[in-house]
Amino acid sequence: MVIIIVGVGSVRGWRSTWLGAGAGLAVLAVLVAVFGTALQAVPIDMLRLVIGSLLLVFGLQWLRKGIRRVAAHGLRGMGDWSASAEGIPADGVDWTAFTLAFKGVLLEGLEVAFIVVSFGLTADALGSAVAGAAAAFLVITAAGVATRGLVQRIPRSALQLLVGTLLSAFGTFWSVEGLGLAWPGDEIAILALAGWYVAAAAGYTALLRRRAHPLITRTTEA
Amino acid sequence: MILGWLVGFGRFWYDFIIGDDWTVAATVSVALLATWLLHLAGVDAWWLLPLAVVINVGLSLRND
Repeated sequence: MVIIIVGVGSVRGWRSTWLGAGAGLAVLAVLVAVFGTALQAVPIDMLRLVIGSLLLVFGLQWLRKGIRRVAAHGLRGMGDWSASAEGIPADGVDWTAFTLAFKGVLLEGLEVAFIVVSFGLTADALGSAVAGAAAAFLVITAAGVATRGLVQRIPRSALQLLVGTLLSAFGTFWSVEGLGLAWPGDEIAILALAGWYVAAAAGYTALLRRRAHPLITRTTEA
Repeated sequence: MILGWLVGFGRFWYDFIIGDDWTVAATVSVALLATWLLHLAGVDAWWLLPLAVVINVGLSLRND
């Protein structure tokens, strides 16, 4: 959840990302308040499939754009990025950032809420489970805020490529899980998927660079 | 007013899902459907979607 918010905020801007995250938290709070311990009745597999598929198709758009830009400009000379060129509105809400943050917070938050309710009811200690989850949320949010400055130092196109791989990895994981399949290694598979997409991006970037500058590449290799 | 809002809403979701290459969303849809059918047939096809997606990205970049 925090990875998605930090990545989307760094690429698309923070205001709409925070709005989306806040709206996701608000919907989550309403769901928890209304359903309470009956939260387990929410069709989480359908949510995983729909939200995962949407994150995947959008993540792949960023992945392709990132590959093209890194292939064209390398990791330098990316300071010419502008919000208008990216189609990010100068004022008003950027619905792309809002939607990505909203979905990430809502789905991950629901999964955490399920775990809290399940553990809390099983151990007959719902209060302790909720307190533990709230403490974990604060620690993870603080970690996200602390890494924000570090993430913003990454060149924007490389960051778009990186966030594209992460959205694609999370989207792939959730959508396949939503179909009822289990991933080998469970959530460790998200790291493997991110590695798979990073490797593919590196390979395609090298191929595009070779296609665009065949002589330079051959001379460098020699 | 409402029509303009609906058009904007539809355009947002079109850009979000289809973007500049409709084959990506189509590949994801077909791969998910195939994964589900294989799952129903008893095949643990978790590998199909990431494989299909990476092949599609390569083809999409080649066609640019």
